[in-house]
Amino acid sequence: MTWLESIYLWNIGKGMLITIKHFFKKKATIQYPEQKRTFSQVFRGLHVLNRDEEGRERCTACGLCAVACPAEAITMEAAERQKGEENLYREEKYAAKYEINMLRCIFCGYCEEACPKDAIYLSQTFAPANYGRQGFIYKKDDLLIPDPVKDPEGYKKALGERAKA
Amino acid sequence: MLLTIFWLVIEKLLLIGLIVSLSMVVAMYATYAERKVAAFLQDRIGPNRAGIFGLLQPLADGGKLFFKEEIIPLASSKFLFILGPCLAMITALLTSAVIPWSTPLHLFGQDVPLQVADINIGILFIFGVVSLGVYGIMIGGWASNNKFSLLAAVRGASQMVSYELPMGLALLGLLLLVGDLRMSVIVQNQIEHGWHIIYQPLGFIVFFICALAECNRTPFDLAEAENELNFGYHQEYSSMKLGFYLFAEYINMFISGVVMSCLFFGGYDIPFVNEASWGISQNALAIIGFLVMLTKAFFFVFVFMWIRWTIPRFRYDQLMNLGWKKLVPLALFNMIVTAAVILWLKK
Repeated sequence: MTWLESIYLWNIGKGMLITIKHFFKKKATIQYPEQKRTFSQVFRGLHVLNRDEEGRERCTACGLCAVACPAEAITMEAAERQKGEENLYREEKYAAKYEINMLRCIFCGYCEEACPKDAIYLSQTFAPANYGRQGFIYKKDDLLIPDPVKDPEGYKKALGERAKA
Repeated sequence: MLLTIFWLVIEKLLLIGLIVSLSMVVAMYATYAERKVAAFLQDRIGPNRAGIFGLLQPLADGGKLFFKEEIIPLASSKFLFILGPCLAMITALLTSAVIPWSTPLHLFGQDVPLQVADINIGILFIFGVVSLGVYGIMIGGWASNNKFSLLAAVRGASQMVSYELPMGLALLGLLLLVGDLRMSVIVQNQIEHGWHIIYQPLGFIVFFICALAECNRTPFDLAEAENELNFGYHQEYSSMKLGFYLFAEYINMFISGVVMSCLFFGGYDIPFVNEASWGISQNALAIIGFLVMLTKAFFFVFVFMWIRWTIPRFRYDQLMNLGWKKLVPLALFNMIVTAAVILWLKK
């Protein structure tokens, strides 16, 4: 180290030149709640239970998603469709209870691949915050997509770009 | 006679109130500026949620500090524990007393100087008060009864004492030029003969580095070195007592910016123009001068922040090496050369 180097001034000056250049650079920040980063087409977010065009639930409670799930996050109970419920459920059997524990889920998308009825798919919204662990166990109400007949706009919004409608 | 004294007291009290509140507001917004500058230097945006451009952020921060729980450790000595931040704050505010903020105002048929006290030892007063600032750190760190605080306080004290020496020596050259210790005379001398930075560039560099060290700013913030001493001497402090320490640091920064512009950059002087020939009123001139002074001070505050967000902290031995083996000889060299040149010119 020469004497000039040993008082650091020259090198500090060089460093400061670099930082001041960054001062005028374009900022990388995305203003989160207003602006959102666009996800890629293959992004796997929260699950959605889909309905068909007439607003009937597609799920037939076969349990293949629960079997496929490596994290064992999915629980369901099947029930038989009664007379007069044909406008609610597409198949003769439906899921009376359908829960996904979002704390266990690893968002691998195997449930989506396993589903023979295209009833479940991963949307582009990601897991929100919650105050308690109970809140992360998503019930059927949380997962089910809005009815396309009664609420076409909500349905479209929830469907996103990834659904194989 | 009594009446004039009465008016003088009123005038000075108003001026003191004005300057103290100015320092407070500047310190408040310096915290905001610090975060903004840090963000911009790191390709971020910085606080922008509270108010437009996040301008209410300092209020939110201050409010938060006030409502935090006030903790005084059982093992601390209570009186000194409270005295520490008070001293830090008082000494930070005291320095502004001898600063000539601008040319005199003309109010109610008389000149009102914008300087609280034009004492004939002006710059010495600043040095004295700044050295008192060590006590804030020392007492605070010692009274906390925490080994990290104590270590930080010892470091801080030795750092400040070491850097006061080159700081004073760096100024000697300038004082030889002016031949007076009054702040107003120092500024006046620059208006007549050009800024001191032209005559004393080396002195300014040494002074600037020492000012960084005196303010405990990075790269010399060994007294609060977060990663080795947790939070340094204010580790045990909470609520507004912590706020006082942090506030005092920003006030110190602002005041040292003001002092530097007074000593080396012409104070309230506007460069290259003779503002007296504009023919505008004395009061307008005073206000313009004051704004010019603030601009210079803010520039230095910005440079302080710029440095902080550029370079890492010095190691303790590097700090002492730089202070004693580099800056002291440089300052001495500067003083001797200045003295020789002045002697030669006079002959």
